[in-house]
Amino acid sequence: MSSFPLFSTEAAHRPVAAPSVKLPALSERLSALPKLAEVTPASRLEVCPTPEMVSSGIAEIDALTGGLPRGRLTEVFGSASSGRTSLALATLATATQRQEACALVDVSDAFDPVSAALAEVQFERLLWVRCGVSEKDFSPRRHRVTEKKYLDNERPEAPVEQALRVTDLLLQSGGFGLVMIDLGDVPFKTARRIPLASWFRFQRAVEHTPTVLLVITPAPCTQSCATLLLKVQASGKKLSAVSSRLSPDPAHARLLEGFQVQGELLRSRLGRKPVQSVTVAFATKVRTG
Amino acid sequence: MINSSMPFACIFVPDFPVEALLRAEPELRSRLLVVLEGKAPLQKVFAANENARHAGVDPGMTKIQVEACAELVLRARSLSQETAAHAALLDCAQSFSPRVEDTACDTIILDLTGMELLFGPLPKLARDLARRASDLGLQVNVAVASNPDAAVLAARGFSGVTVIREGNETEQLGSLPVETLFVEQNPEESEPLLETFNRWGIHKLRDLAALPDAALSERLGQQGVYWQKLARGAVSRTLVPVEPPLIFEEAIELEDPVFLLEPLAFLLARMLEQLCARLESRALATQELRLQLELNNGWHEDGIPWSDVGAGILTRAQARQHFQRTLRLPVPLLDAKTFLKLLQLDLKAHPPGAPIAKIHLAAEPVRPRAAQNGLFLPPSPEPEKLELTLARIAGIVGEDKVGSLQLLDTHRPEGFRMQRFTPGEPQQKSDSIQKSEDLVTALRIFRPPAAVTVTMQDGKPAFLSCHRRKEIRGEILWAAGPWRSSGDWWEQEGWAQDEWDIAVQGENNIALYRLVRDLLSGKWLLEGEYD
Repeated sequence: MSSFPLFSTEAAHRPVAAPSVKLPALSERLSALPKLAEVTPASRLEVCPTPEMVSSGIAEIDALTGGLPRGRLTEVFGSASSGRTSLALATLATATQRQEACALVDVSDAFDPVSAALAEVQFERLLWVRCGVSEKDFSPRRHRVTEKKYLDNERPEAPVEQALRVTDLLLQSGGFGLVMIDLGDVPFKTARRIPLASWFRFQRAVEHTPTVLLVITPAPCTQSCATLLLKVQASGKKLSAVSSRLSPDPAHARLLEGFQVQGELLRSRLGRKPVQSVTVAFATKVRTG
Repeated sequence: MINSSMPFACIFVPDFPVEALLRAEPELRSRLLVVLEGKAPLQKVFAANENARHAGVDPGMTKIQVEACAELVLRARSLSQETAAHAALLDCAQSFSPRVEDTACDTIILDLTGMELLFGPLPKLARDLARRASDLGLQVNVAVASNPDAAVLAARGFSGVTVIREGNETEQLGSLPVETLFVEQNPEESEPLLETFNRWGIHKLRDLAALPDAALSERLGQQGVYWQKLARGAVSRTLVPVEPPLIFEEAIELEDPVFLLEPLAFLLARMLEQLCARLESRALATQELRLQLELNNGWHEDGIPWSDVGAGILTRAQARQHFQRTLRLPVPLLDAKTFLKLLQLDLKAHPPGAPIAKIHLAAEPVRPRAAQNGLFLPPSPEPEKLELTLARIAGIVGEDKVGSLQLLDTHRPEGFRMQRFTPGEPQQKSDSIQKSEDLVTALRIFRPPAAVTVTMQDGKPAFLSCHRRKEIRGEILWAAGPWRSSGDWWEQEGWAQDEWDIAVQGENNIALYRLVRDLLSGKWLLEGEYD
């Protein structure tokens, strides 16, 4: 038999790892562990201040919405001949008369200077950006000459993409009282394809600035980014008004003397009030220059 | 103590032709730089920096001799860059004193009388002068003394900043070699005199100053006495002030042509920084920048067209030698970065079309804008940011498609023109806005007008179909018109049209349009939509 013990009792009694220092107290060790995120009571949450409201130029709309909020995105949508451009011109006229610099990103190049002049828009304070590719840009000579993007067989940028880039630049530049994006003639499918991230970016860019960002669309497409969502449409009275004002034997070319427009507030995120659809009607009038 | 009654300062640029080149290429300062002059192949060394002189390069050596040393950087002498450097030197001096003498191309004298009250003690003022010159790209020697000639001698003899106290001129100038007196003299006149001094054992100015006046006069005449007075720092003369012209121009002649906009931007950045520093030293700004590029047309030495050598934006050379762009700004600005970005955007939109051999940049000086914004004024974009934004937008949509509009005195369709957007300064926030009682029915213009097919019934349009916009098609419910208008019949571009206002039944609603019949072509066009 071997005289070697199977295990040494001396070794068994020796501590495996003798602590060289005193163990810290349990409270200290617990405090060293990572904590969960602190919960802030709702009462201490930072409350977003109520934005300053400015006049839209139409008293009925101001009464309905309280005006247009600065530093927020407002969307006005409506179909063709619904009165959205008349509302836009009234807003532009009011903003320029407040001596604010305004910018109009005209996606379809549909802005009518004569109508704007009649609406008393001050042109020296209005920056008009006409998106789209002009006829001369597509001329054969243009293709032959030095433009790199055409030589590389790249397609020219679509007007909507141009508008988004231009709006980014305008909002980054700052200092504008009103930036209006007119997507009124853009097909609804194209307008809906604008990524939601773009609208969020615009919303963040105007936040805490005195800029009113107004978007004119054929149908709602900014989704939750819009603080105010306003729908305009031709009211039922319009047809009768038109027909009554149409002379049976017109010596004068003007068909319209007035326009009955109905505005409906579909969403307002300004207060903690339930969403209500409130309707208001206002009239426009044809004026000749 | 220095008697501050009539102190003068001298700014001296050692190796001026080298410094003029280094303003454009500061990275060569640590290299062995040699400036050549003359027509090939008879080019000779005109100037060299200190490193090159230590390496054994002397003025007068031929190009073939110096080419043996591979470390040397050879550059041709540029008179335009020397002119710009001299103008910068004058601007530097003018920013400290209104009384400036243009002594030589590399030497400027300033009258500092009373300037201590504005800029502090003379040593500090001298250091500030050197620092300002350094900001303008010039390494200079600055000396302050009680008379102009002593200041010039000290600036030429001592490197860095030197302040000579009144009464100490002889002592402080004494350590300079006698040759310092004759730097500006014709070698044919000065060499015999220097030889005489050498024979007498006179090597330093203190030796010359210690000679007896009468004996010196007997041997060298009044000219000798004048040199002795100069060596003692005792010559007193009246300053001849000049009024430097307000010309702000910078130029760079390139050894190798530039093909791409990116390296061009680096060169432009340096030039703009120099221009802005010069304008700032004169408390001015600019409202107009003129860029002139000398193009290297023709063919490469190897027989390859330049357009094939360079890839990128610059393209095939065209039959032109100079390319000029003018940048007009609505307000005076003084920001090199803004100018550079504007020039970059402009050149991107209008590429020069050939390799660039020489760059010339000029700024039109104007008084800077003095504007005080108010807390309660309406928001307005900052002019610097706005200019950049407009240039960037013009790069996206085209130059003719951004700006504010101006209506023309005509009834012609599209009777307006685009102009530069320059929003005026808001005066005062007006709470009372004149609201019109009736809102205006707006028209949305179709650009270009949509061609339509119209069916007439009883002299009125009855049915409409548009080929371009398929959604515009239907029975015309109401029509009013025609309203005839014409104009410009006395010109080639005359126009005449009948205008109708119509209501068309759409899929969901009734849409109102303006329909036009072009009387010259007989076509029906849809001009716009009432909205």
